[in-house]
Amino acid sequence: MIEAGARAPDFSLSNQDGDTVALQDLKGQYSVLVFFPAAFSPVCTDQLSVYEEVLPDLRARNAALYGVSVDGAFALEAFQKSIGTTIPLLSDFHPKGEVAKAYDVWVPERGIATRALVLIGPDLDVLWTHQPPSPLEIPGANLIFDALDAVAA
Amino acid sequence: MGEDDHVLGDSGPLVVEYADLECPYCAKANLLLAELPVRRVFRHFPIVSKHPRARVLAHALEAAGMQGAFWEMHGSLLGDQGHLDDPHLWLRCEQLGLEVARFDADRRSEAVAERVERDFRSGLRAGVMTTPTLFVDGVAHPGVPAADLIARLSR
Repeated sequence: MIEAGARAPDFSLSNQDGDTVALQDLKGQYSVLVFFPAAFSPVCTDQLSVYEEVLPDLRARNAALYGVSVDGAFALEAFQKSIGTTIPLLSDFHPKGEVAKAYDVWVPERGIATRALVLIGPDLDVLWTHQPPSPLEIPGANLIFDALDAVAA
Repeated sequence: MGEDDHVLGDSGPLVVEYADLECPYCAKANLLLAELPVRRVFRHFPIVSKHPRARVLAHALEAAGMQGAFWEMHGSLLGDQGHLDDPHLWLRCEQLGLEVARFDADRRSEAVAERVERDFRSGLRAGVMTTPTLFVDGVAHPGVPAADLIARLSR
């Protein structure tokens, strides 16, 4: 996957409500792209539900989360409602997986993005990344806070 | 293990459990653990976006604990997750012989909220991402305990 130190690859994706979220919109804040394989899989559901609980702490540190998957925007809207999260979910649906490919988290044989975290800094550089050994393993919220501590130090 | 941890049992392997009282998998894990010769430590890990009553219930359980009925209320809540509204909580208190007015004051207190939050934070720090998550010898076991873990703890 993409490595720390790289410029964040540009993107412009529809969120679950059909509004566009572009890389340029993330300027001036810390952003974590949370790539996940698929809406409605039980593992993703837990991941985003736990992240939801720490959003106020992240906001206090000028950091925001964005889920990214290859699901369509309408599916992501339903998924967002079903798990009660407010985390924006970005649809990497068309051309399918283009952003996942740019961030090198694309799994061609399955047609999905693997589970991964990418921390982007206020100047749109990649500051930190994490990919669990297996997509079934969920990166703990503690990793995000550790990464923010490390880049602030 | 902390000084104010809720502990059940005084012998056997130590199992530290992070759980959400509205989570059906936690109810199932509770049934499995109840059969095992282990020392259990319970810590709150309410995931409110998924279970809207989770934090309310965590506070209620702490309040019951302040009247010496932590594990009784724990068994009561996880034993019937279909009745978790306030009137059901008051009924449970009456059945357990607790003072309802005191229970209501306690469960809304700062001290109880801080206590639950502290458990939740310790879980986040330990990397808990799903409920239940059991820690045995410092190793995390996310989800309902698997057969091999149950077998290991049965000895």
